[in-house]
Amino acid sequence: MDRFSWSSGLLEINETLVIQQRGVRLYDGDDKAKLDVGVALLSTHRLIWRDAKNHECCIAMPLSQIIFLEEQAAGIGKSAKIVIHLHPASTSKEPGPYQHSKYSYIKLSFKEHGQIEFYRRLTEEMAQKRWENTPVSQPIPTGTGIQAGRTRAVGIVGIERKIEERRKETDKNISEAFEDLSKLMVKAKEMVELSRSIANKIKEKQGDITEDETIRFKSYLLSMGIANPVTRETHGSGTHYHMQLAKQLGDMLQAPLEERGGMMALTEVYCLVNRARGMELLSPEDLVNACKMFESLKLPLRLRVFDSGVMVVQLQSHSEEEMIASALDNVSEKGSLTAEEFAKLLGLSVLLSKERLLLAEKVGHLCRDDSVEGLRFYPNRF
Amino acid sequence: MSFEWPWQYNFPPFYTLQPNVDTRQKQLVAWCSLVLSYCRHHKLYTLDVMEAQESPLFNNKKIKRKLSVEAIQVVLEELRKKGNLEWLDKNKSRCLVMWRRPEEWGKLIYQWVSKNGMVNSVFTLYELSNGDDTEAEEFHGLEEWVLLRSLQALQTEGKAEIINMDDGKGVKFF
Repeated sequence: MDRFSWSSGLLEINETLVIQQRGVRLYDGDDKAKLDVGVALLSTHRLIWRDAKNHECCIAMPLSQIIFLEEQAAGIGKSAKIVIHLHPASTSKEPGPYQHSKYSYIKLSFKEHGQIEFYRRLTEEMAQKRWENTPVSQPIPTGTGIQAGRTRAVGIVGIERKIEERRKETDKNISEAFEDLSKLMVKAKEMVELSRSIANKIKEKQGDITEDETIRFKSYLLSMGIANPVTRETHGSGTHYHMQLAKQLGDMLQAPLEERGGMMALTEVYCLVNRARGMELLSPEDLVNACKMFESLKLPLRLRVFDSGVMVVQLQSHSEEEMIASALDNVSEKGSLTAEEFAKLLGLSVLLSKERLLLAEKVGHLCRDDSVEGLRFYPNRF
Repeated sequence: MSFEWPWQYNFPPFYTLQPNVDTRQKQLVAWCSLVLSYCRHHKLYTLDVMEAQESPLFNNKKIKRKLSVEAIQVVLEELRKKGNLEWLDKNKSRCLVMWRRPEEWGKLIYQWVSKNGMVNSVFTLYELSNGDDTEAEEFHGLEEWVLLRSLQALQTEGKAEIINMDDGKGVKFF
């Protein structure tokens, strides 16, 4: 029994579990060991035994320690046993439950059977000597948990250490990534300047390029930059900031709104504005707050919330009656329309066109046909 | 004489319960009158909801629309509120449709009785609904339960009395 040493019971990287058997009692030679009944585990490298109740109590022995095996059949009131003859313990062995033993063999007593299979597998492992072919990277962890923790990544300490390493790696990656971003930010201001100067040059040399190209190029530039975006840095936070922002939005959105029939979904506005602002991105919350200021600042724009919760920015001149009337006209003309068809007809987004149809339905100008073919709107003939 | 469908019958939105309250009200009125006139034309006194859903009443094959069971329930419930319908079971799967309410039937029968000077005479229920004398009348072929209800209505008005006879029920008019 003195060949055994304390173990964490964890397998090494190259080590694999071969078989395990419950209800095994250890014998030191012919004497019952002072250990309870437990689980015997056979790995490619070791013979391990763990107490059935107290899992902390776990001992192991390298298979290389074994000389040969014997079977001992069961008798009346006696369980079947495997006798394992062992080499003398090496001097460098970690401490185990027994310091000395007068026997050079131990016995595994199988209270719950399984000895035949265990014996077969153990003999196989002894013949194959896999512990020689795939040695574990370092000596098999023997000894108490503290010692094991200090030498390699085993147990909870090992997991913690791995997590820490991974975190450091991530940290490094993130800071590298942001380094690029700050470089880009420096360049962005230059880009806006550049686009502005190009725009001016185009103005001067109007005749050289075709009208169409000018317009197209201008539209690219337009969506590229606001020279001095209102930021929290320049205008502080709170109401004043939102007011200034609202004014800027008012100037900026006028043209795109007219182009799109007087109404844009707030998400679309958000994208457009942030593209124009370059690096000084706006949070959705700030955008909504700024849009809420349109009315009190007497700007010609309005934030509108549909019953469905969809928010849009629309021109003040863009009245509800007109919208409803145009929806009714279009539907009457075609007989019936789905939101998709209506969207195509007006060049609007499907979401907005549906809102218009719903609005017209709400005031009773339209009614719906909800069938497997989809939702269709008809003039209200009821 | 074929049944004449209202214009709504071929209007697809008719088969979707309208979310707009006003629109829905008009839609339900149209459905109620369609159900009653349909039953009247076909002399139907009971409806099975599942069967009815497949019948031309609620299923317009031409435009491939049919009213959902839920919507049918709404329509029928509306009829019940107006006193034209009674459910036969708790699950509301079958109902009695009274396209003419019992009191109205009672009035018709009483008119016929007094017109023919048969007040104070006794009839069997069968005589009234299936007799030769009533062949030309609208209440000819009336189902017995409807007939009984109408006579009960007359009884409460004091215009008739239902008598139990050996082989069924009879009625005496006053």
